[in-house]
Amino acid sequence: MTVSPGHFMLARVDDVARWAQSSSVWPLTMGLACCAIEMMSVTSPEYDIARLGSEVFRSSPRQADLMIVSGRVAQKMGAVVKRLYDQMADPKWVISMGACASSGGIFDNYAIIQGVDTIIPVDVYVPGCPPTPDGLLYAVNLIQQQIREGGRGGILARA
Amino acid sequence: MKTFTSEMTPYGPVAIFLVVALVAALLFTALPGLLARAKPNRHKREAYECGVEPTSPVAGRFPVRFYLVAMLFVIFDVEAASFYPWAVEMHALRVFGLLEMVVFIIVLAIGYAYVWKKGGFVWR
Repeated sequence: MTVSPGHFMLARVDDVARWAQSSSVWPLTMGLACCAIEMMSVTSPEYDIARLGSEVFRSSPRQADLMIVSGRVAQKMGAVVKRLYDQMADPKWVISMGACASSGGIFDNYAIIQGVDTIIPVDVYVPGCPPTPDGLLYAVNLIQQQIREGGRGGILARA
Repeated sequence: MKTFTSEMTPYGPVAIFLVVALVAALLFTALPGLLARAKPNRHKREAYECGVEPTSPVAGRFPVRFYLVAMLFVIFDVEAASFYPWAVEMHALRVFGLLEMVVFIIVLAIGYAYVWKKGGFVWR
């Protein structure tokens, strides 16, 4: 067998590893409010989050890499969200989806946590009420970009 | 045309398959230990109950008899599955195949009678 240039590709190990990791960021199955409807629609053929490799919504935090906080977080739900985040295996990322998750939104009252970043670290905030599915896809894109550039949580990461 | 696989015995590819399976299994068992950064905490060790406090032990207790039932089912199920190849080739095997099957069933019947005598089918 002869091997000529063009029959194989060369790549750096960390680039390949990060490409693989960033192409399988699996979200946790967790819907909190109306934003969850938009979150569910990203799995539909219309938006097709499978193109990013993130269509596998895991039912257990042990297998999930990404927490999408899709809606307002009530004070009672705060403890649950925190525990789920703690139960997820490292490395893990968080998307704060929509105005309510990011800042409390229109629910400026004692029952709603004013921004989920007061209880767990957030990587990407998606603006909107609710954000479009495209907005959520872009947020996943940003996390993929962060992994591929060797950012926090990426395999063999510098940070 | 001579190729790498045609030079081998028919079981050559199976041997390659076994080696690849072994190497892949060992590799993917070892890699996470080398690459992963373990960050244990209290909540990772407890049962997943959708984020709320677990209220009872996860592994519930159940009667040990279920094991006996399950084992008997598996044994007789596998034996029943051995009838299928014979049924497919019944006409080709002729009387020899039929006699073989009768012997097989007699062996099964002895086992069946033994389990019956020992009370394996009694739910108590």
